[in-house]
Amino acid sequence: MREKEEPMPVSTTASEISKSDVKTTVVLGSQPARPAKAPASESLEAVIRSKDFSLYYGAKAGVQDITMDIYPRSVTAIIGPSGCGKSTFLRSINRMNDLIPHVRTEGVLAVDGHDIYDKRTNLVSLRQQVGMVFQKPNPFPKSIFDNIAYGPRLQGVRRRGELQHVVEQSLKAAAIWDEVKDDLKKSALALSGGQQQRLCIARALATRPRVLLMDEPCSALDPIATGRIEDLIGQLQSSYTIVIVTHNMQQAARVSERAAFFCLGELVEYDLTTKIFSNPSKKQTEDYVTGRFG
Amino acid sequence: MDNKDLTLTLGPAAEFNRPLVLTPGQDLFGFILNHVGRALLFLITCSSVLAVLLILFFVIVRSVPFLTDYSIADFLAGKAWHPTSDTPAFGGLTIIVGSLYVSLAALVFAVPLGIMAAVFLSDIVSWKIRNVVKPIVEILAAIPSVAYGFFAVLVLAPWMQKHFGFSTGTNALNAALILAVMALPTIISVAEDAISALGRELREASYGLGATRMETILKVVLPAAHSGIIAAVVLGMMRAIGETMVVWMASGNATQIPHPWWDLSQSIRTMTATIAGEMGEAPEGSSHRSALFAVGVLLLIMTFVLNIVSEYFLSRAKKNLGRS
Repeated sequence: MREKEEPMPVSTTASEISKSDVKTTVVLGSQPARPAKAPASESLEAVIRSKDFSLYYGAKAGVQDITMDIYPRSVTAIIGPSGCGKSTFLRSINRMNDLIPHVRTEGVLAVDGHDIYDKRTNLVSLRQQVGMVFQKPNPFPKSIFDNIAYGPRLQGVRRRGELQHVVEQSLKAAAIWDEVKDDLKKSALALSGGQQQRLCIARALATRPRVLLMDEPCSALDPIATGRIEDLIGQLQSSYTIVIVTHNMQQAARVSERAAFFCLGELVEYDLTTKIFSNPSKKQTEDYVTGRFG
Repeated sequence: MDNKDLTLTLGPAAEFNRPLVLTPGQDLFGFILNHVGRALLFLITCSSVLAVLLILFFVIVRSVPFLTDYSIADFLAGKAWHPTSDTPAFGGLTIIVGSLYVSLAALVFAVPLGIMAAVFLSDIVSWKIRNVVKPIVEILAAIPSVAYGFFAVLVLAPWMQKHFGFSTGTNALNAALILAVMALPTIISVAEDAISALGRELREASYGLGATRMETILKVVLPAAHSGIIAAVVLGMMRAIGETMVVWMASGNATQIPHPWWDLSQSIRTMTATIAGEMGEAPEGSSHRSALFAVGVLLLIMTFVLNIVSEYFLSRAKKNLGRS
């Protein structure tokens, strides 16, 4: 998949990043950027295209007939009551549901125009390009350095200097560098929950994905750690396509540009976040965002 | 739901009729039941601990005459085991080495196989198949060792003699192979528990970064489960070192240290087989019988040490999980 379609740059090519984004251009900035193919004018072309996508666990539907486009370099929030298929849909985007037996899909879910449920999909490169941050921080029981270097090593990076560079840039991008830079050999399990989650974000960034999926990344964290992760999401969105599932509607309102409301496995409404929260077109959405239902 | 409905169907709170303090005066029966029950359970727990202590005590006491008469250095380092000659010699080195030799040889076969099988069951086959296969593997542990022994003597020994040209079919290799099969269920079962207990999170993290299944197993699953796997290996070793009947039947029972050391086709004898084989012919009160108890003490020490090591690694495995 990677050979056929050259991915768009993760973060930085001079032509693409406006001068006002100086803060984020340092994010992984000095690494060799991937070749830029998509010109800036196409930047509103959807990265992820879901068309009538359904996923079944055996006979039970997880999500049904989801049609939505997710746009690059923005944050898309998926909200909805428990069990509505938010996480199922999110995990479909990098085929994490493959690990669950008896899963079957219908319709099309395309990343960069390639249907990822095509038989020929290279799962390894799909997951390198569509990274994931999980609900519960799940660092490997290894050192901080080895956690971050895990992805690059899988991609064949062996040179110590190069690894060190990626580790430093990733940790900086995830806003945790200052807290851990003196002790990269320390076990990642010794960090606090919020630090672990930022480490997991750094780990996901280290493979330089184009899309970052976040499955309720703050649900196990206290408000302070949550605030830091939200700030981080705000910084990352100018370089990455972020899809975040959240139970917390204030969070969705704070961080996202577009929001999708899921209910009972179906997409009820998908629009700009401001519209979803101020003037939704469906009664069901209004009930949910105002707290009358769910 | 309305609170009113709830009170109507349930009625008011129950009037308090049992005392909050349990004293013999107020509720004699309850008091006795509570304390008797607790005492009974305590006694039952104690009895198993007591059994272990008594065994230890008994074995040590019976070995004291030998250990005071005979030099411990000669017992541990002497190569001559002639308990019934006119000038008896109780050099235990050959049987100590014999025990360790077949146990370690058994582990060489059993550990790679056992870990691979554990990974296969936990990470490769479906949950359904695992739930069928694992109990079957565990049944292997329930086959009486004398049955394994018969297999070793009647099938494996002639086969090895015929195909490998060994001078005797009952030798270290035969015993090690059978011991390996006997240690496998323990190793597979304990290692599989440790590997499965890691849960989905770590595996998802690895797959999510673009790792293949092989990479996930080798770089995340096995390193993260290493404490539990070591415990599994040590438990397997305990099983092998304590096994008696199979080594007695299959090892050839020659008190010698194989030379060259890697030659598994030679017969050896283990500590357990020595005790089992000679206890019947060692007269009560003789130094021979006491020496056999000393061998028993040595064996107990070895298995206790292994047990402590395995407990250490199992508790570490649990702690690792709790923290991640």
